[in-house]
Parts: sequence; C-alpha cells; structure tokens
Amino acid sequence: MTARPILALFKRDLRLAARHAGQSLLPLVFLFAVLILIPLGVGPGPNLLAVMAPGMVWVAALLSGLLALEHLFRPDLEDGTLEQWWVGDTSVLAIVMVRFVSHWLITGLPVILIAPLAAQMLYLPPHAVPTLMLSLLLGTALLTLFGGLVAALTLGTQRGGVLLAILIFPLIVPVLIFGAGATAVVADGLSAQAHLGLLTALLVLALTLVPLATVSALRLNIE
Amino acid sequence: MQTLIEAHALGFKRAGRLIFTPTTLTLHAGQCVVVSGANGSGKTTFLRLLAGILKPAAGAIERRAGVNFVGHQAAFKADLSCLENLCFQHEFYAGRDAGKLLVPAISAIEALSQVGLIKLMRRRAGHLSAGQKKRLGLAGLLVTQAPVWLLDEPYASLDESGAQQVDRLIDQHLRHGGGVVLSTHRRQPVLSVPALSCPIAAAAEAET
Amino acid sequence: MIWTTLKVGFHKLGTPQVFYRLSSLLPPWLWAGFGVCAAIGVYQALYVVPPDYQQGDSFRILYVHVPAAWQAMATYVVMAVLAMIALVWRIRVAEIMAMVSAPIGAAMTLLCLATGSIWGRPMWGTWWAWDARLTSMLVLLFVYLGIMALYAAYDDHRKGARVACILILVGLINIPIIHFSVEWWTTLHQGATIRFFGESTMHPSMMPPLVWMTVAFKFLYAAALLTRARNELLRQDRSRNWVKLLMLKST
Repeated sequence: MTARPILALFKRDLRLAARHAGQSLLPLVFLFAVLILIPLGVGPGPNLLAVMAPGMVWVAALLSGLLALEHLFRPDLEDGTLEQWWVGDTSVLAIVMVRFVSHWLITGLPVILIAPLAAQMLYLPPHAVPTLMLSLLLGTALLTLFGGLVAALTLGTQRGGVLLAILIFPLIVPVLIFGAGATAVVADGLSAQAHLGLLTALLVLALTLVPLATVSALRLNIE
Repeated sequence: MQTLIEAHALGFKRAGRLIFTPTTLTLHAGQCVVVSGANGSGKTTFLRLLAGILKPAAGAIERRAGVNFVGHQAAFKADLSCLENLCFQHEFYAGRDAGKLLVPAISAIEALSQVGLIKLMRRRAGHLSAGQKKRLGLAGLLVTQAPVWLLDEPYASLDESGAQQVDRLIDQHLRHGGGVVLSTHRRQPVLSVPALSCPIAAAAEAET
Repeated sequence: MIWTTLKVGFHKLGTPQVFYRLSSLLPPWLWAGFGVCAAIGVYQALYVVPPDYQQGDSFRILYVHVPAAWQAMATYVVMAVLAMIALVWRIRVAEIMAMVSAPIGAAMTLLCLATGSIWGRPMWGTWWAWDARLTSMLVLLFVYLGIMALYAAYDDHRKGARVACILILVGLINIPIIHFSVEWWTTLHQGATIRFFGESTMHPSMMPPLVWMTVAFKFLYAAALLTRARNELLRQDRSRNWVKLLMLKST
C-alpha cells in the first residue's frame, strides 16, 4: 500500500487547520490567558511565581490542549468523512496515527515553542527551560494520544466536551505529575532523569496501545 | 461476467436486534441493483455493510473489487473548495483496485465539467445547495473510478434533469464494466439495461 | 472433550435465562457469608485485638479502611476481566456485570477515602494529604465515575457498555500505579506491611479480624454484583418473552 492516501489526509488536515486559523489558534490564546491570570491572581512576587512556574505552565498547557480535542473527530463524524476511512483498503490504524500527528503539530508544537516565553513570564530559572520544553514535548504527545482516545470514546454522546474533560483527567494525572515534577527538580538543581524516563515509558506504552483502542472506539461509534 | 460483490445473508444488529432480515446480494460487472424497502427498513445500513463501514452481525461478504460509497451526506469538507475536495478524493483512493474497468479515473476538472459544476470549482463545498452537493458527490465517483459504486439515495434533492444525469453516469459506468448498487425511495433508475431488485424487509420481532 | 464442555458452559452462562437462575440462587448464600464474616471480623476488631501502643483505639478503623481499599482495586481487576470478555466474545451478561460493578467499586473507593480521612485526622492532624497513595486512590474514584458517566451518556446500552469497556481496559494502568505508589515515592502513608509471599510486618494478633473483614468484603462484592446484575438484566429485558413468562409463573 502506498503512502499517497495517508499523505493526502495529512495535507488536508493541515490545510483545514490553516483555513480555520482562528479556531486553531484559540488554544494558544487560552494558554496565554491562563498564564496572565496567575500572577494577577496570586500576586506578582517573583519568588512565589518561580516556585509555581513549572506546575502552572503545565496546567495551562493541559487545559488549553483540552479545548482542541473536541475537534479531533467530531467534525469528521458530522460531515460524513469519518465513515469513509473504512471504505477502501487503507489501514484505518495508519489514518488514525496520521490524524494524531497532524493534531499534535497544530496544538502541541506551538505550546512547546511558546514555553520559553511562558517561562519568562513566570520567572522560571533559565536553566530549567530545556527540561520544560522536553517534558512538554512528551506531555503534549501524551495529551494528544489520550485525548484522541477519549474523544473517540465520547463520539457517540451528545455533549462530548465536559465528559471528555472528566474522562481524560485520570489518564493525564501521572503525565502532569511527572512532567511538572521534572521541570521543578531541574529548577532546584537536581536531575530529572527519573521523571523524564517514566514519561518516555508512558509515551511508548501509549503509542503502542492507544491508536488500536482508538480505532475500536471509532468503529463502535460510527454505527 | 465478473462477480464484484458476493454478500450472503448479511445482517446487522442494533441494540441487540436484527434490523432487517438477512439479505443476499450478488453483483456482477455491468449490473445495477436497486435496494428497495420502506423507510427505516435498513437500506442505508445494508449499503454501509456492503461498503465495509459496518461489520456484519450475520452472514458473510466478499468484495472482489474496489468500492466507492456515497452516503446521505456527501463526504466533503465544507471549508475546502470543490476542486480541493475532489483532488483529495483522487489522492485518497489512489491505488485502489480498479479491476477490469476500461476507463481510468478522470481529472478533477473534467469530473466537474461532466456534472456541470465547473463554474463553482473554487466555491467552498459548504456553500453549495443540496442538489449541487449531490452532483459533487457524483464527481467524486468519477475522480476515483472504483469498479463498484454504492449509492445511498442518489436521486434525493435532485430535479428530473439532475436525476437523468445520474442515470447517464450510471449507464456509462456499467458500460465500462463497473457495477452499481443504489437505494432509492421513489424514483427508479432509467437505464439501458434493466436494473435488478433487492428488497430489504424489516426484521420480524425476533424473540429469545 | 473437556475443552468443548467448558466452552459450551461458558457461553451458556452468558445466556440471560441461565444467568438469571444463577444470580437468583447464589446471592442469599453470599449475603449470609458476608454477614457471618463481617460479624466475626467486627467483633474481633472491636473487642479482641488489644489497643495499639501508639494510636490507642483509633487504629481500629483500619479493619474497614484496608479491606475497602483492597476491594476497590480488586473490583477494578474483576471489571477489567469482564470488560475483556465482553469485548472479545460480545457476551451481553459480561457487559452488564462490568457496568454494574462500577458503582460498587466507586463506593468502595469512597469508603476507603472517607475512612482514611477519619483515621488521618487524629493520626496525622489532617483530613487530607496530597501524597502518592491518597492521590492515586482519588484518581481511581474518578476513573470509576468516568466509566459510569460514559455508560450513562449513551442511549444504546450495548454500544455504551462496549465503549465503557474500552475505557475500563485503558484505565487498568492505574492499578499498578496505586499499588506500587507507596514504594516508588516516600510518602506520608504507611508502606506495605502485608505481603502475600513472605513475612508480613503486622503483628500476628492484629491479623485475624483483617482476614475476616477482607473475606467479608469479597462476599459483599459478589453478592452486590450478582444482585445488581440480575436487576439490570431484568430491567433491560422487561419486554422480552422470557421475562414475561417469569412474571406469569410467579403470579
């Protein structure tokens, strides 16, 4: 099987994201909104903010990531393009994986690139920024994977949005703990090897299992 | 005559109950089969089973050639132009088994001309009328040229001239060695070769 | 020969009528078992076991807290097995049993968290702490609630059950995390003192009521599971012939 169908889908996803530029950028705007609200809410003291910075950047990244998840599969279900994935002999697993990749590029990558700016806003020590970006790289990938799975599971319900947030919460807690923890220990001068190692292990586990589960969930919901 | 699809006693369950009595269908090259039945009898479900979208709960199906399915909603992205949608379709279904079809897939521009949408090629698909969307769906068939066409209510939203165009395209496809299975509510296809009938009956209240 | 008999028996067990008979016959015994074990366990916990030299009498809540915690996790494992059966063999009875297990598991988790809070207040001076064991138990509660919410959001019971079963299997990763959380992180919560294999560090005089209460909770789960599953089956099949026949026979 050639890669033409998969590439075509990938290009279409990116083209659609560009068409809806406003919708695609909304999570980023939300991220900034949260980051601005924190100093306004807890006070602008650099010491306090520096201590909270890793966790706050992470929480903001996760919350903004949740916004984008509704649009992962629902539009395709609604205009009839989702069921076409099973017509023909392209592997649905490959299609789903490409969807995850394009989603991450649109929602996760910008967050990672914005991270240094966010770190600056919350007085995170500069030497912790690379770890922040690396942990966000792993974390946003995991958010896309778990979020995609939960989006697929809730596709058959009416109000996907709130239910989606409730369902993804247990899955994302370990990611948050290890991701924010990695940045925090590096900010304190220690090594984040253990945290990043566990995050990577979690990512590998998710990469192997989540796409398969997502395909099953999608199949159930197109009936 | 080449067999394109063999479906034996195909059935589907919803909430644990069979929707329609298991139905058998064999499609040969050059044939058109009309799936008929009352509203809600399961015509769309049957077509989706043939397309491979649904997994049968009863019976078996063997597809010997590539399949194209056009459902109630034309599967297009509302924010892309007609041309972009068709180009995507062409790429997505590329490499599919064209079997013994005598005519390869045509270009998006040509397909748009054939269905009369060439003036709207840059218009966003979401801004088309219902009839125009149906015609765009037909253009999608021409661009991908799978041997088997599965059409769910292709005459809906079309006026008589639009319906005649559908018949012309089906005739052309059958002449080239393809097969068509379509469901329709009122209007029957008017073709040069008489169409076969495949009635779908709602399942009797099966009891345990 | 044995294999075919087992397979046939397995599938027969999944038919509504056979399951209905089974789930009508067993629960009274299971409730009786629960009653007896709980009575013995509670009596021993309150009167036989001597007071702790550090905590006095307030430690006795352990005899509800620990079995509830174990049962909360065990329920999830059983649910995961049922979910796998439901997804692979599409047996409706397995789907029903998995779905009715979720509220039981949620209740156990809630009981564990509540008794833990009550115990923690005099012990640690706080109702709550964000340590690994407590947090992961709280996460487990949300997993249960999420499964219940997902199932409830679907009108089609069978589809909803299958989707929830996928979620159950995904959430299975949480169980090892809870279990090992006290080893991986040095936390406020007590480390593992009871082991299946090897030496337990709990004093032998404290063990018997714990065993009785653990067994009691197992009986409780089994009884509640079968009773709830039976009720749900009747409710879903209320318009089917076999239920109507049953109702006729009983009048």
